[in-house]
Amino acid sequence: MLLIHCPYCNAERPEVEFAYAGEAHIARPTDPSQLDDDQWRDHLYIRSNPRGLHYERWRHIHGCGRFFNAARDTLSDKFVTTYKASLPRPQIVQSEDTP
Amino acid sequence: MTNHRIAGKGRVDHGRPVHFTFNGTRYEGFQGDTLASALLANGVHLVGRSFKYHRPRGILAAGSEEPNALVGVTHGPGRFEPNTRATVLEISQGLSTNSQNHWPSLKRDIGAVNDAAYMLFSAGFYYKTFMWPKSFWNKVYEPFIRGAAGLGVSPTQPDPDTYASRHVHCDVLVVGAGPAGIAAALSAGRSGAKVILLDEQAEFGGSLLSETDASIDGRSGWDWLTMAMTELAALDNVTLLPRTTAIGYYHQNFVGLCQRLTDHLADVPQGTPRERMWKVRAAQVVLAQGAIERPLVFHGNDRPGVMLAGAARTYLNRYGVKVGQSALVVTTHDSAWLAAFDLAKAEGKVVAIVDLRPNISSHLRAKADSLGIEVLAGWTVTGTSGRLRIKSARVRPADPTAGGARTIACDVLMMSGGWTPSVHLFSHTKGKLNWHEEEQAFLPGEHAEASRTVGAGNGSFGLAKALAEGAEAGADAASDAGYNGRSAQYMVTDETELTGIRVRELPTDQNPGKAKAFVDFQNDVTAKDIRLAVREGFKSIEHVKRYTTNGMATDQGKTSNINGLAIAADAVGAPVPAVGLTTFRPPYTPTTFGAFAGYNRGRLFEVTRKTPIDGWAEAKGAAFEPVSLWRRAWYFPQAGEDMHAAVARECAAVRASVGIFDASTLGKIEIVGPDAAEFMNRMYTNPWTKLAPGRCRYGLLLGEDGFIRDDGVIGRMAPDRFHVTTTTGGAARVLNMMEDYLQTEWPDLKVWLTSTTEQWAVIALQGPNARRLLEPLVEGIDLSDDAFPHMAVAEGHICGVPTRLFRVSFTGERGYEVNVPARYGRAIWEKLFADGQAYGITPYGTETMHVLRAEKGYIIVGQDTDGTLTPDDAALGWAIGKAKPDFVGKRSLTRPDMLKKDRKQLVGLLTDDPMMVLEEGAQIVFDPNQPIPMKMVGHVTSAYWSASLNRSIAFGVVEGGHSRMGETIYIPMPDRTLSAKITGMVFVDPENSRLNA
Ligand SMILES: [Zn+2]
Repeated sequence: MLLIHCPYCNAERPEVEFAYAGEAHIARPTDPSQLDDDQWRDHLYIRSNPRGLHYERWRHIHGCGRFFNAARDTLSDKFVTTYKASLPRPQIVQSEDTP
Repeated sequence: MTNHRIAGKGRVDHGRPVHFTFNGTRYEGFQGDTLASALLANGVHLVGRSFKYHRPRGILAAGSEEPNALVGVTHGPGRFEPNTRATVLEISQGLSTNSQNHWPSLKRDIGAVNDAAYMLFSAGFYYKTFMWPKSFWNKVYEPFIRGAAGLGVSPTQPDPDTYASRHVHCDVLVVGAGPAGIAAALSAGRSGAKVILLDEQAEFGGSLLSETDASIDGRSGWDWLTMAMTELAALDNVTLLPRTTAIGYYHQNFVGLCQRLTDHLADVPQGTPRERMWKVRAAQVVLAQGAIERPLVFHGNDRPGVMLAGAARTYLNRYGVKVGQSALVVTTHDSAWLAAFDLAKAEGKVVAIVDLRPNISSHLRAKADSLGIEVLAGWTVTGTSGRLRIKSARVRPADPTAGGARTIACDVLMMSGGWTPSVHLFSHTKGKLNWHEEEQAFLPGEHAEASRTVGAGNGSFGLAKALAEGAEAGADAASDAGYNGRSAQYMVTDETELTGIRVRELPTDQNPGKAKAFVDFQNDVTAKDIRLAVREGFKSIEHVKRYTTNGMATDQGKTSNINGLAIAADAVGAPVPAVGLTTFRPPYTPTTFGAFAGYNRGRLFEVTRKTPIDGWAEAKGAAFEPVSLWRRAWYFPQAGEDMHAAVARECAAVRASVGIFDASTLGKIEIVGPDAAEFMNRMYTNPWTKLAPGRCRYGLLLGEDGFIRDDGVIGRMAPDRFHVTTTTGGAARVLNMMEDYLQTEWPDLKVWLTSTTEQWAVIALQGPNARRLLEPLVEGIDLSDDAFPHMAVAEGHICGVPTRLFRVSFTGERGYEVNVPARYGRAIWEKLFADGQAYGITPYGTETMHVLRAEKGYIIVGQDTDGTLTPDDAALGWAIGKAKPDFVGKRSLTRPDMLKKDRKQLVGLLTDDPMMVLEEGAQIVFDPNQPIPMKMVGHVTSAYWSASLNRSIAFGVVEGGHSRMGETIYIPMPDRTLSAKITGMVFVDPENSRLNA
């Protein structure tokens, strides 16, 4: 079971307190009607699904209830960092053995 | 006692005999024996039949890696466990054990015919044999496979034992209490770090218990062990867990330990759990799991009496048991020589040592000479004889050009193909394993977790290395955990430096095509099977493993993986690492379901949510049904009524007078704030801006993909306050979705969301007399139809208790939903029920609620929808605020797929036979005469008997259903094909006249 650091509680808590919420930094368009069918399809369904570093959303659902973002390695499952929902994607230099 | 036990020898208590049975025969062992050591002490080697060929099998090993000696164990009434390894089962007074996989008896087994029909069962036999014809699958193949497969017999009674679980944090977790683990625990424990030391065996010591020649700091290994364990036991910061297996190593040093508490006891203290699952979060982990001896692969290597040399040494030194009267040793590694020497010194007869290596170190040879043991160096074994126990082995020079084959009589064959480091837990962490050509072993490379591997598990064989590495790692681990760890020096004397080579199959002059040279004993996989798999095109070990089932038995290939891999690599013609090593997965050894379940069984398996009125319903004899985590009153049968009669009576009562229904499980969310209406506009399809306070509206919630997610009546309590209801099962999901949008997409909106599901008890009064019953009890709300029409909501009091009163109907009748603070729910319900006697008030359950709503064409999200229906598909297009620029899901409603005419659409269905109630979930076709497989065009979503209409009614989804009104569709059932007409969904009172009746 992973330990996850909630950036709002500033505490490390077991995975069972959290819920996964999909890829991060996919903002809902301000006016979806301006998107054509393909653009809207991409917004709805197309995700990066990387092997390695993944920016994703979690919710401290059985804690403070806040949604936050995380950078996690999908190969090792390990969290690199977590950060508040409003913050930009942190720049992370990947180590050599991480693709 | 038999002559197999050496008086006074070993660590068993010769003064405490223990009696047990095996296949009905009573035997005597000693306190401290395993079933295996006790049987061997009684001269019993034949302990089971193999899984596939039903070949007679004996005890191969002395630890948890045992593949053969699996027995059924009865610890008492209801306490039967199959497939227990005799090598880890401690005997206790009265223990009853039985062998497996044979009929009628262990010695004469009909299933052994499989052994003769070898070809049928060779590599990939499932895939080849059971392919064709297809029609044979159900009737012939599957019953055969089910009959043949499966080890042992499942228990038939519920497990009467309890299981415990415990969370714990520690600084240093040491897995394995052999010399390396003990040294690590000493270093770490002396620093003050919180240490847990565990071992799967009953006694700590590991190899020290079996290998007795070397000395530590001038003391015998056993004396040193006693001293070390005494010191550890005295340290308050050290926890010692014997009979405990580290079953899995998970992220961030989370390790699962299964501790066996009672299986070894004849008398279990009342209330003691059988096992305890420890969930350990360790700052540092030291893996000291040791190594497992490899069998040699040769024809007849599975005959009872053939066992690992190290196991024979363990039985001798630790249990005082001579495994045979004349032992033949076959080896490619020095360690078997030490086993032979120990046996000879204990006045056991070693007839010869056959070693594949032509060059043997001079000191081993000299020792063998001094003990009078014949040495055949550069020789091989090509076969064995004996039906239920080995009688002899055929040996010859390994050089194929040389002659001189001999048959050597023996009653036990002790073999060693060297040692495989146990890297299982390391492998669980996705740590990288490196192939070491010199050691011929995979060894831990870089650790993925805060852990260290020491001793034989790290390829550091021998006592001196194990102690040194363990002491160092324990100190380093303690230091990394924030303590001042200091290593210790141990002086080891009289230790023999051991070397060996690793081979694939032993060389033979016999036809390898006829050889039964077993690699995986438990799954009956031979060397020939593995080579056949490679010939048939399987090149990766992961594929070879699945095709041959090598390493896929309950022992996870502890004795077979490396041999299988080496043979596969040879057959492929590639180096071992190129063929790969299969992944080890938890649990390390078979683990009971009870240990995993822990306390979470029976009533504690899952929460049962109950409403404040639940107790009243129970007292009234309600039948209940589970709805998500809730238990809800399903119907209220009266004497002599079945469900059908009860529901018909309840339905009629609601339509004729008044029914009372517990709707407390409805999800409720309070949405408050200056931007509440704007938030509602964005979340729900409907328009909310113009909804006046005091009015309600049906709300429809979509996902961003345009599909229906939830619905419910929503009341506007004030300009900045909405009382939202959701489906019973959807409350948490809806709140999560709302929070998601609010927190991450629209954090600028000033809105607060609160779950109020359990704050309100909700009592629905439905029927023409509902107002007459309610009116005298309500204060502060004018219930006249003008002041309080359908879809009104108001706050006031009922019986002096604050209420939010809704005028809503899920039945088509005049209806009210009385919300009161949950603690008053039962009292108000009882008051309404008492006063309602004047109107023949009838409590009704969820089944009647379902029928009444279906008669009116109201859908249930999650039953009539399945996550693929749009509002238009569900005939709910009217609920969309067309003028709104945006809401969740709006853009998706104009995607090309959403506009197709042949989408599955929700319609009413009236069966041509009005008495026939369709089956929910039944598939629908347009043409019942088309060939099978038919094109399915939809399915039935809801179907009931309607007492009001005296006929059946149903909803279903049908391709293009909305433009097929009046058409006939067909529902093929196993015994006949039913037909029904597509209709609208409102079956009763389409004018809604009854809402104000
Ligand atoms: Zn938090």
